Amino acid sequence: MRYIPNSALERADMLREMGRESIDELFRGIPANLRLRTPLNLPPAFSEPDALRYFRDLASRNSTRTTGRRSAMFLGAGAYDHFIPTIIDTLISRSEFYTSYTPYQPEISQGTLQAIFEYQTMICELTGMDVANASLYDGSTGTAEAVLMAERVTGRSRVAVAGNLHPEYRQVVDTYIKNAGIQADTIPYCAESGTILPEAVKIGSDVGAVIVQSPNFFGGVEDLQKLADAVHSAGALLVVVVAEAMSLGLLKAPGAAGADIVCGEAQSFGIPLSYGGSYCGFFACREKFQRQIPGRLVGQAIDAQGRTGFVLTLATREQHIRREKATSNICTNQGLYALMATIYLSTMGRRGVREAAVQNLQKSHYAAARIGALPGYKLRFTAPFFNEFTLTCPRPAQEVITALLDDSIVPGVAIERFYPEMPDELLVAVTETNTKAEIDSLIGALKRIGR
Amino acid sequence: MIRKATTHVNQNEGLIFERSQPGRIGYCIPSLDVDEVPIESLLDGALLRDDLPGLPEVSEVDVVRHFTRISTWNFAVDYGMYPLGSCTMKYNPKLNERVSRFEGFAASHPYLPDALAQGNLEVLATLEKCLAEITGLPGVSLQPAAGAQGEMTGLMVIRKRLEARGDARRRVLIPDSAHGTNPASAAICGYEVQTLKSNSQGGIDLDNLRTVVDDGAAALMLTNPSTLGMFEENIEEVCRILHAAGGFVYMDGANMNALVGVTRPGDMGVDVLHLNLHKTFSTPHGGGGPGAGPVAVSEELTPYLPYPRIVAESDPSGRTKWKLDYNLPDSIGRVRAYHGNYSVLVRALCYIYALGPEGLREATETAVLNANYIAHHLKSDYEIAFDGKAMHEVIFSDKRQSKFGVHTLDIGKRLIDYGFHPMTIYFPLVVPGAMMIEPTESEGREELDQFIYAMKAIAREAEENPELVKRAPHSTRIGRLDEAAAARKPVLRWKPVRTAAKG
Repeated sequence: MRYIPNSALERADMLREMGRESIDELFRGIPANLRLRTPLNLPPAFSEPDALRYFRDLASRNSTRTTGRRSAMFLGAGAYDHFIPTIIDTLISRSEFYTSYTPYQPEISQGTLQAIFEYQTMICELTGMDVANASLYDGSTGTAEAVLMAERVTGRSRVAVAGNLHPEYRQVVDTYIKNAGIQADTIPYCAESGTILPEAVKIGSDVGAVIVQSPNFFGGVEDLQKLADAVHSAGALLVVVVAEAMSLGLLKAPGAAGADIVCGEAQSFGIPLSYGGSYCGFFACREKFQRQIPGRLVGQAIDAQGRTGFVLTLATREQHIRREKATSNICTNQGLYALMATIYLSTMGRRGVREAAVQNLQKSHYAAARIGALPGYKLRFTAPFFNEFTLTCPRPAQEVITALLDDSIVPGVAIERFYPEMPDELLVAVTETNTKAEIDSLIGALKRIGR
Repeated sequence: MIRKATTHVNQNEGLIFERSQPGRIGYCIPSLDVDEVPIESLLDGALLRDDLPGLPEVSEVDVVRHFTRISTWNFAVDYGMYPLGSCTMKYNPKLNERVSRFEGFAASHPYLPDALAQGNLEVLATLEKCLAEITGLPGVSLQPAAGAQGEMTGLMVIRKRLEARGDARRRVLIPDSAHGTNPASAAICGYEVQTLKSNSQGGIDLDNLRTVVDDGAAALMLTNPSTLGMFEENIEEVCRILHAAGGFVYMDGANMNALVGVTRPGDMGVDVLHLNLHKTFSTPHGGGGPGAGPVAVSEELTPYLPYPRIVAESDPSGRTKWKLDYNLPDSIGRVRAYHGNYSVLVRALCYIYALGPEGLREATETAVLNANYIAHHLKSDYEIAFDGKAMHEVIFSDKRQSKFGVHTLDIGKRLIDYGFHPMTIYFPLVVPGAMMIEPTESEGREELDQFIYAMKAIAREAEENPELVKRAPHSTRIGRLDEAAAARKPVLRWKPVRTAAKG
């Protein structure tokens, strides 16, 4: 086997040197009746060309912009197709980054540690918060961790969750809190605007946090400032979830609007769609809560000669020290994917992130204005939006998707699966990667099938 | 003594923010091709940032130089042996990397209609099937994003099953040798943790187990082979004890790389197992993630796995069509959005197919051989914790070196000067001053011999020149950092240096 250096000959030699008769001797701790007598029932080893052919064939059975049916895609809902600079893959393909372990030994892990320190700084800048951790699995689990943290900080065991939070995030939150003694109520969204109105935030003194997503699942931008005032006057924390991180390049930082915890999904920052993972959950909070934050943190430190370096810090919060009393069971971060985001944000820089965000805004509004004017179609909600909007179609959204398959257009996500009361609604995302020609073809196709 | 590395340009790279110069550009995207509308007409000014985000302004060359330079400060598997016990730092095949980047996988959206994602669904279904065969447990969920999340998922499945039986229980039993994630995961699931003391051989004390297992014990969480690197010989009896009392056996599969192709947890009586694909199945650790922590369960527990699950249907022509099934009323729910860490899952399937059944067994056997080879050669110099029973990893302690004031941390740091990553230190907690060494199957004999030589040399240095070891490493860009000071006054982000106002 080419991944195993020692040949059968060398292995036999080593056994002899150890005074052993056979490899089987080394497994004598396993009762004989439990040892497999036949090989596993798996296909015989693939040669390298066979493996490439097999996986290339599978990959070609998926549709993307350039493979399979080569479709124009307007899919978002928490996972967005943005431009990815070439150098990201070049740099993360360095063995020093992707074949290294969690940086427990700082003397030989400074590359990873410094990159995480830079990542933490960038997340703080984008969210307007004081402290960011080294990342969590993704936006959904980050939201669940925010709920658990809010309970630790406030000692209150209820949370109020916006009804327009990404439904899969809500499902993950529900799974995490089910056995943790926390109860989650739902704040209804306004039927007209699709957003959470401050007057809808009616919370009792047992509610520790209000969880709001902006832009929300329907694409609408929430008025976080007003919500923060309502939440804080009830003595609760405002947790802001950002599932489309690109919006941070243009919209007011949640921290500047009064958020206490900001978490979300950094996939938009240079991370491939990859059928939903791996992604990178970001998590930031006010400094006063930093000892309650879940996950890894990297801090600055000096050695005996006064040289500056970086090190994993505040580890007493974590499972390997605190065991069942830890702030989270998470053992690591999304190292390589946080690095991707760091390289993306360095490459795009302060101007590039804004320029890309503006293009998202402009293109989605170009599309929305024209589609909304088609007979039978209208925008479902009135709230301002960033790069995604909810469209009411003249027929069930699932039918619209099926009808457009022949045009090689995937017009959006049918949200009936999550909101059965909206069978005709389609969630349409338009990013800087959608060309005007693609958008125009979407408009034309919707017009044709709308009749 | 190994000479200190000479100063090199690479050693002096600052933070990316310190490279920033106003006006530098690192990106190029197409110009806007639709009619531009004033932003204020689309979004109220109060919703907008009033400044640009505080990100650096650098060129593409700056970015490439910066990250390339700092990368050279990391040790990596591709440099050499990374003997971290329990972490399984095996070689990451390059074929897996290439395959996971195929456009059809990497650019596919999680909400593609099933008809447009048949390749992805087949990858998932095939991997589930392979893992079921390898573990002997029929129900597999690929959704958990990491081992710790797999633990949480597995325990939730057990809890849901118990609740369905009208038999909610309160306690989970965990040996004192377990990873910290075990008790932390149990706590998230609302369980009390009862710690079990290991017996003198590092295993489960059956008599003690019989006394603590009652109708309040939901499950035993057992790492097998244990974190001491030894197979739990009484595993069948352990399972019988738990099952007789109506409880379940959760096996932490962190060390499954010692068993693949040799024995199967399902055949032992285990009910739930999580796998760390980034350990046993060679997906890269990435400097701390992403991993993937699939869960495999018995038939009884399968209905409780997270949704959605992948099911096969035949179309009229008899061809298999894959689809996602969300209608699973008994499911514990979702533990992660979308379909898990898909890019990791593709790599793991590629690894399993590249090795095949014989290759998988060969990897297991070689990993165990390599660890025993190290045990054989080092027990004359270091105190071995449990002689003669090691599987894929071996544990020594600093008992002999402590006499000279040299401790496990020092020995680990000194290994760096010899070109190796330190072993896992001070874990498991049950062995004071533990040094846990796991070479994996990826090391050839000469690399193992060099490691053995280095360890022997350090043992000698500990006696003859302890200060040399205690001040190690001597060959790195920085020395040991003051971690206590860093935790007292944490500096967790960079801030621009304020220049004093002129005049």
